[in-house]
Amino acid sequence: MKLRDIAHSRTGDKGNTSNISVIAYQEKHYPLLLEQVTSARVKAHFAGVVEGEVVRYELPNISALNFVMSGALGGGVTRSLALDAHGKSLSSALLDLDIEPASSDN
Amino acid sequence: MRTIRIGSGAGYSGDRIEPALELAEKGDIQYLVFECLGERTVALAQQARMKSPDSGYDPLLEERMRAVLPVCAAKGIKIVTNMGAANPEAAARKTAEIARSLGLSLLKIAAVVGDDVLDTCKDGDLPIMEFDGTIKQLGNRLLSANAYLGAEPMAQALGEGADIVITGRASDPALFLAPMIHAFGWAMDDWNLLGQGTVAGHLLECAGQITGGYFADPGYKDVAGLARLGFPIGEVGEDGALVITKVAGSGGAVTAQTCKEQLLYEVHDPKRYLQPDVVADFSQVRVEEIAPDRVRISGGRGTKRTDTLKVSVGYVDSFIGEGQISYAGPGALARGRLALEIVRERLKLTGVAASELRFELIGVESLHGAEVSSHAAEPYEVRVRVAGRTESLREAIRIGNEVETLYTNGPAAGGGAWKSARDVVAVASVLLPRDLAKPQIRLWGRRP
Repeated sequence: MKLRDIAHSRTGDKGNTSNISVIAYQEKHYPLLLEQVTSARVKAHFAGVVEGEVVRYELPNISALNFVMSGALGGGVTRSLALDAHGKSLSSALLDLDIEPASSDN
Repeated sequence: MRTIRIGSGAGYSGDRIEPALELAEKGDIQYLVFECLGERTVALAQQARMKSPDSGYDPLLEERMRAVLPVCAAKGIKIVTNMGAANPEAAARKTAEIARSLGLSLLKIAAVVGDDVLDTCKDGDLPIMEFDGTIKQLGNRLLSANAYLGAEPMAQALGEGADIVITGRASDPALFLAPMIHAFGWAMDDWNLLGQGTVAGHLLECAGQITGGYFADPGYKDVAGLARLGFPIGEVGEDGALVITKVAGSGGAVTAQTCKEQLLYEVHDPKRYLQPDVVADFSQVRVEEIAPDRVRISGGRGTKRTDTLKVSVGYVDSFIGEGQISYAGPGALARGRLALEIVRERLKLTGVAASELRFELIGVESLHGAEVSSHAAEPYEVRVRVAGRTESLREAIRIGNEVETLYTNGPAAGGGAWKSARDVVAVASVLLPRDLAKPQIRLWGRRP
């Protein structure tokens, strides 16, 4: 299945840094996010977009992860040459990640 | 327990106006906040002010004030806004004039000034956070330097009886925190209350983004009534208890999902959301749906504020030239790629001096690049886009021209060419010792 089936997401911007939240629709899927949506995987998914590091923050209370991606906005929102200078559309791209269902979901 | 209701009437400078009026008329609110100041808006407004000393405030100030002042005055709703941009005093004078013309001359209007720290910073060696260099090194490219002020001067203005408080650069959540501090007398070192108040302000500051805007994804996240989206109301108790809701019958939805998305919007480390008044901690926040369109938010905390204020520095960065043209039907993708190759070669042949260039196909890979988009199917139509950064407007213009000449010199059937060239006012940041910014309040209007 796709990440989109179990989670929703929103992108925010500050300077040249983009953050993407990944929020499980249901608490029971949070462990899948923790296990499979790693910083390394997000960094690999955004090859060619994110130049810097990807740091993951965990928010178990709301079953959410927050990815902070530096060097992700073409030199900064206010100077970027990109069509989507804010990177608003990145969240949708991340939801395309493949997720292995947990055995209980089969 | 005492409770106040704060409406969020705008999430950015160009936002819809009638949802704010709806909040004033039907929202049972005591405060209406308009957050209208983007990262670089102050720098652009500063440019306007340099040309004309009475300008430099939000271009929609008059329209917004004319729309809401009669209702707000009748109901005693107080307004807090950063529509002052680069010139809060001129914005306050203009608002006083509008109030008089509406027969509302008793309204008391406050301008908060002192966020402009250009003179303090200009010759200093404060290091720029985003790249190597200091403010001084920006030389004559430097346009503006504005400190993100906290809630205190705005709360003080409310305390002095202001009906309308107009500020320039202030932290967005502080616009909402100010009414809480004023109404409840929160201490400026009660870090947990200020942290929870910051959660409230942060959730409300983008207006429609918590009531279903920037959220809908048909089939996955459906939202009804986006064309008449209701803007949010924060119901805040004096102990920081918070419920997010909206006007009954308005479009959109307030759900746990919309609140969670907005909670993390533009947040980095959730334990350390740096604000002028507090270091807010969002990590323990809980989100609970208690009724339709009513979501309880608890658990915001805070720790002691830092000794510095973030200063947003506006400067002329470069120029950007751009051109676009479309291809459709069988072979559109191949013709689009050929067009890009032609422009790439032309820019080289004619010696256009660009420090950075992008060649992309809108509809294929313009948003996320060729790697992320590699598995996409071939589209019916594509739009060629070439953009480049230059040191002068003259060079920038040449980029769009090279795309436009594809009409008669490029692949078959290219249509809808478009070009632009513009200067880029960009924003960087420095940290200023907090005591070097000295906010002040100026008052207009009178009480009987």
